[in-house]
Amino acid sequence: MTGLESTLRGIVRAAAPIVIAGQGELITERSGVINLALDGTVMLSAMTAHAVVRNTGSLTTAVLAAMGVGAAIAFIVVFSSIALKLNQVAVGFILTILAADLAVFLGKPHFNQPGKEIPHAPIPVLKDIPLLGPVLFDHNILIYFSLFLTVAVWFYIYRTRPGLTLRSIGEQPEAAFVRGTPVNLLRYAYTLLGGSLVGLAGATYSLSVKLGWKEDLSGEGWIALAIVIFGLWVPWRVALGAYLIVGLRSVAIDLQDNNVIDLPSQIVNMLPWTLMIITLLVATSGVLTKLDRYTPDRFKPVVRRFTRAAPPQALGVPFEKH
Amino acid sequence: MRVELQQISKTFGRVRANQDISLTFEEGHIYAVLGENGAGKSTLMKIMSGYQAADSGHVVVDGQSLELRAPTDAIEHGIGMLYQDPLDFPPFTVLENFIAGRPGGVFPDMEAARQHFLELTERFGFALDPDRYVDMLTIGERQQLEILRLLSLGVRVLILDEPTTGISAEQKQALFNVLKSLAHDEQMTIILVSHKLEDVIELCDHAYVLRRGRFVGEKEIPCPIPQLVELMFGKVIERKEVPRVSVGAPVLEVENLALSSHRLTVENLSLTVHEGEVIGLAGLDGSGQGAFIRSISGLFPPMRGTIRVDGRDMTRASYHDFAAAGVAFLPAGRLEEGLIAGMTLTEHFALTLPSRAPWVNWVRAWRVTQERIQHFNVKGRPNSPIQTLSGGNQQRFALALLPDNLRLLLLEHPTRGLDVESANYIWEQLLARREQGTAIIFISAELDEIVAYSDRVMVFFGGQTTLVEDRAQMTVGHLGELIGGRM
Repeated sequence: MTGLESTLRGIVRAAAPIVIAGQGELITERSGVINLALDGTVMLSAMTAHAVVRNTGSLTTAVLAAMGVGAAIAFIVVFSSIALKLNQVAVGFILTILAADLAVFLGKPHFNQPGKEIPHAPIPVLKDIPLLGPVLFDHNILIYFSLFLTVAVWFYIYRTRPGLTLRSIGEQPEAAFVRGTPVNLLRYAYTLLGGSLVGLAGATYSLSVKLGWKEDLSGEGWIALAIVIFGLWVPWRVALGAYLIVGLRSVAIDLQDNNVIDLPSQIVNMLPWTLMIITLLVATSGVLTKLDRYTPDRFKPVVRRFTRAAPPQALGVPFEKH
Repeated sequence: MRVELQQISKTFGRVRANQDISLTFEEGHIYAVLGENGAGKSTLMKIMSGYQAADSGHVVVDGQSLELRAPTDAIEHGIGMLYQDPLDFPPFTVLENFIAGRPGGVFPDMEAARQHFLELTERFGFALDPDRYVDMLTIGERQQLEILRLLSLGVRVLILDEPTTGISAEQKQALFNVLKSLAHDEQMTIILVSHKLEDVIELCDHAYVLRRGRFVGEKEIPCPIPQLVELMFGKVIERKEVPRVSVGAPVLEVENLALSSHRLTVENLSLTVHEGEVIGLAGLDGSGQGAFIRSISGLFPPMRGTIRVDGRDMTRASYHDFAAAGVAFLPAGRLEEGLIAGMTLTEHFALTLPSRAPWVNWVRAWRVTQERIQHFNVKGRPNSPIQTLSGGNQQRFALALLPDNLRLLLLEHPTRGLDVESANYIWEQLLARREQGTAIIFISAELDEIVAYSDRVMVFFGGQTTLVEDRAQMTVGHLGELIGGRM
């Protein structure tokens, strides 16, 4: 394996949980609900997967348990928003802190204990393709899933009828309602689905990417949340954001290890937030509108496809009939 | 198909939006449901289209009583509604909007939908590109899209709620032509909800009129406009001659003012208001009077024109500059814009009283509050939170908060939601201020209030203004026609 291959392979692997959590949160937010509890959910589900696999030895049970934890936290967010009419941001924020503390507390007996890893499963034939083989096809099933998920989510929301409905309830729930869509029911469903994917991201850490339970996962969920914004709620852009950020991290670490530069790791860790703010500024400043205005007509559809993006208009807004 | 509304009633809290309304709509006709703001038109139509459930009463189609739990139930029975604000998805393409919510398999057949859509645009002469994004369309085009969508779902009764607001004259013509052809050639039922007499006369052949939640009468069209006006606004006792206060020097001079918001432009507005004068601004909500009153209080900068207060140019001055010049504004949303919910009466005065000290002189604030609420007859204690007062007392308190020697007082719906006694009291206070030389400009939806208290009236219609100076013309009938757009 060449140096480049091993670097790229490492990025695909390390970014997998962020991709999975990001796509999960994207689905949730596209339906109009913000689940801000990502960071705590990732920690608690990672710890859960590790603890379950130590007790039962079953990787499948561990993965399912982690997804259950994610779905349970997501349920609290969506239930308190729709049924109890509480503020989603406040509830999510409290839950993320609660879940993180809970993970540390309940995880004490499992801390730094040997766990079990998802078996390595290189795909025959494909793994021998130069460059692509080692980068994409020499992983375990959870990493493959992260690659598949991006394509699947993109296909679902842009190419299927239920996907169109998903976008519609996050955009204009009232218009969706008059078209016969059960807005709140679908918001429950997509928030639970998104939450269970976040739980899966946690399992991907403790069963593969950062094997075991070490309490150092704090911050990864926030990064996933940030790249949903950085990716402007478009699946491939969210994935790109995850690979970009993990890539920058790994390059910075390489450069430091080789004494090329002396960049404090804090600077690198700041990057997701900086990128997020810049993206939001660009997306909301009207620069894109101007770009659109000066684009010759025949290029407009292409340019628009790449630049059009805005937060779901009903994000965080409970649906009520007027 | 024949639709009957039978004894529909609906209340929201204490407001009785619809009271025992029964109407019949036959096929092949274009009906108008007429009434001023708040008459209950939209509520009634939302009940008919399944958006809202009635408290009692039935929607009956061809003798069969429907159970409408959602708009899709109504569409299934052939009743579709075009809502006042387009209910569509701006970031989607036209075609995506067209298929959204349509039943079908997981993978929509985009090609078939496109063919279907293009056939419909062809048939009705609407030029809509299926690949355009909806947020790039005009309001009129978005309406056309929604009409096509409803027709493609097999709707036989089409309800349109104020469809001519915000669309161009050509689009209105195209829309009316299509509606006429749907009714007369395809025997559909068209229901136009409107307060624009012009549109009703042009399009409809039968009008039902609602007032304050009740059905008050119907007319075959054509009929004389004053008859419709009388039904809409009711018979009002015309104004008694009130001695006119001698008019002093000009306080406000507005010349060729142009205002622009995303839905409306006001052009060439000129008005001079003198000391002691009362100017009423009439018009349906959103016709430009709100933008005008905000532009002369420093809250809405004009595009062109000049605004002078006591001879001083204030065209783009801030709200605080206007306040310093003696201009005060009481907005319609008392608790939203005017007062601070959660704070007590004393705290309001503590905020309002001019003071340079960094601390609050509570003794003084409390004393002033006591004096003012006694003087203005506010029923409340200095330490009552403002939202615990009744609407009338809140409005009195808002007046009590204003400084004494104002040059110009601007009011938006000063007596909305108040009972007669409170409203009279408010006007006593206002007229007392006018004796001191304060000029008053007020917006009201109540024509009798406009007629009773104004020296001159400015009527707004879709951003155009007509100044009524001749007292003989200041009748509810004439103003009603101007409000409805008949010049």
